Amino acid sequence: MGRYVIRRLLQMVPVFIGSTFLIFFMVYALGDPVAALFGDKAPDPATAARIREDLHLDEPLWKQYLLYMGAIFQGDFGTAFNGQPVTELMASAFPVTLRLTLVAIVIEIVVGITLGVVSGLKRGRPLDTGLLVLTLVVISVPTFVSGYLLQFLFGVKWGWVRPSVSSEARLDELILPGVVLALVSLAYVTRLSRTSIAENVRADYVRTAVAKGLPRHRVITRHLLRNSLIPVVTFIGADIGALMGGAIVTERIFNIHGVGYQLYQGILRNNAPTVVGFVTILVIVFLVANLLVDLLYAVLDPRIRYA
Amino acid sequence: MPENTSATVEESAVPVATAPGSAVKGMKKDKPERVASMWSDARRDLMHNWVFLVSAVLILALLVIAALPGLFTSGDPYAKGFCDLSNSVVPPSGAHWFGFDVQGCDIYTRTIYGTRNSIIVGVLTSVLTTLVGCVLGMVAGLRSGWLDVLVSRFTEIWFAIPTMLGGLLVLAMLGTGNVVTVSLIMAVLGWPQLFRIMRGAVITNKQNDYVMAARALGAGGWRIAMRHILPNALAPVIVVSTINLGVYISAEAAFSYLGIGVQSPNISWGLMISDGQDRFLSAPHMVLFPSLFLSVTVLAFIMLGEAVRDALDPKLR
Repeated sequence: MGRYVIRRLLQMVPVFIGSTFLIFFMVYALGDPVAALFGDKAPDPATAARIREDLHLDEPLWKQYLLYMGAIFQGDFGTAFNGQPVTELMASAFPVTLRLTLVAIVIEIVVGITLGVVSGLKRGRPLDTGLLVLTLVVISVPTFVSGYLLQFLFGVKWGWVRPSVSSEARLDELILPGVVLALVSLAYVTRLSRTSIAENVRADYVRTAVAKGLPRHRVITRHLLRNSLIPVVTFIGADIGALMGGAIVTERIFNIHGVGYQLYQGILRNNAPTVVGFVTILVIVFLVANLLVDLLYAVLDPRIRYA
Repeated sequence: MPENTSATVEESAVPVATAPGSAVKGMKKDKPERVASMWSDARRDLMHNWVFLVSAVLILALLVIAALPGLFTSGDPYAKGFCDLSNSVVPPSGAHWFGFDVQGCDIYTRTIYGTRNSIIVGVLTSVLTTLVGCVLGMVAGLRSGWLDVLVSRFTEIWFAIPTMLGGLLVLAMLGTGNVVTVSLIMAVLGWPQLFRIMRGAVITNKQNDYVMAARALGAGGWRIAMRHILPNALAPVIVVSTINLGVYISAEAAFSYLGIGVQSPNISWGLMISDGQDRFLSAPHMVLFPSLFLSVTVLAFIMLGEAVRDALDPKLR
């Protein structure tokens, strides 16, 4: 196990270097960060040249990348458009988005798997068909539509929650945005666990467990569920990347000042240090999450061994 | 919604068929009785599946609208004088079913003409990701060894960038988006998903008995790959590609909604929703109708993919 983790971490190094270089390349090769600083006005050539030199923009791209990475590992992510260090933005934004994503993942797992198990055990019955149709509809409605709809219904019409989230972004305020963020993934988790349960419920080991007189809830939770969870866990690992992208839309709807908000501001203002910094961190989060998912396999299925 | 561009639908139930159909096809050619190939089974199955029939009818209708929008509306949203500011935010009426937007443009005509862009984005992106993913996946799956390691590592680098996030980045840096650039960018970021599925399916199929049988009969490497492994490995890829059609249409709408996808005067449902959203409370019709078309289109493609999955997957029969 320990050796496997180390090997995987080492494998992550080239992936990390490659993907951060790609991001760096996209931002610096496609956009012009200096022109963006001046907005619509044409920059004064001398000033522009000085900024270029300060930001090492006159160096070849690979050297810029090395300089940038060197700075990152010393905790220097550059400065945002308003002169604030990017690390400060991160310190205020990441806890908020972390809470939002956690709320979303918990909702996704608890509600999604419960619905999936119920649906899978009742395969072919009206309840199952109804849930399947419902999940399809949920998947098809874009977040920016469902988000506005739920905000309108719960926040404006019935007044159950405040339509926009305050700057502290407390957990209870994040429940509705969390639901909106989780909605599509929730539907996928339901469908995945339903398929998996429906397949495994006919397996020999379930019949054996029932035959030896185990209570029903134990058969379901200990035997059936555990064996059916691997595809769901795989999905949730990949889904963390999707949730980070989705947070941009969700945070915009509910005016949450998290990672998605900062990233969107950085992109709108063409502020390269903010964008590259935030995306770099998100890529690391994504890579680590997928490593954790791979390790979870062994917990769920002891036949999987890591050597 | 668009989050799912990177959210893979790599269900365990993705069919990796083991039916030796293609291997025996040649021998049964002269006989009139039914050829029990995976694909003919699936076709028969689909014809009795109401999910497939409903989605097929919807998609057919959408394709006709996309190809010939002029059949459904007499207006031309790109013509001068199409929008009349005196009609600004007029609600739906008998003559104008979907009402007018802020600029006084007829929403029905714009929604109809927006279909084409959405369909183009979905089809183009899905075809490109499938092509790249399949070719590389075949190569990596068939040639285990250093080539597989090389291609797989290269893919991991791309896979580490979530599609929505990367797309946002590139589109914002480019500054201008249109149907083709949005599709290309999503394709560049989205192919690793199909690569993974294809490579996995090829590796599973490679070890099957019918491949060994074909080899024993003297089939060459190229023939085994194209005639035996490819048709069987293609099943899970086709399922995911079909579902992705809907996912990419939804993603384009999200990019346009954020203001970095398709730009005005080009028409995109996402852009229309974004335009109408400020007045959602007083004039919901501006958001309602494009949202409805968008959701139904995405739903149709996802339903089609699901129906194809059910037909190709022998496990749940």
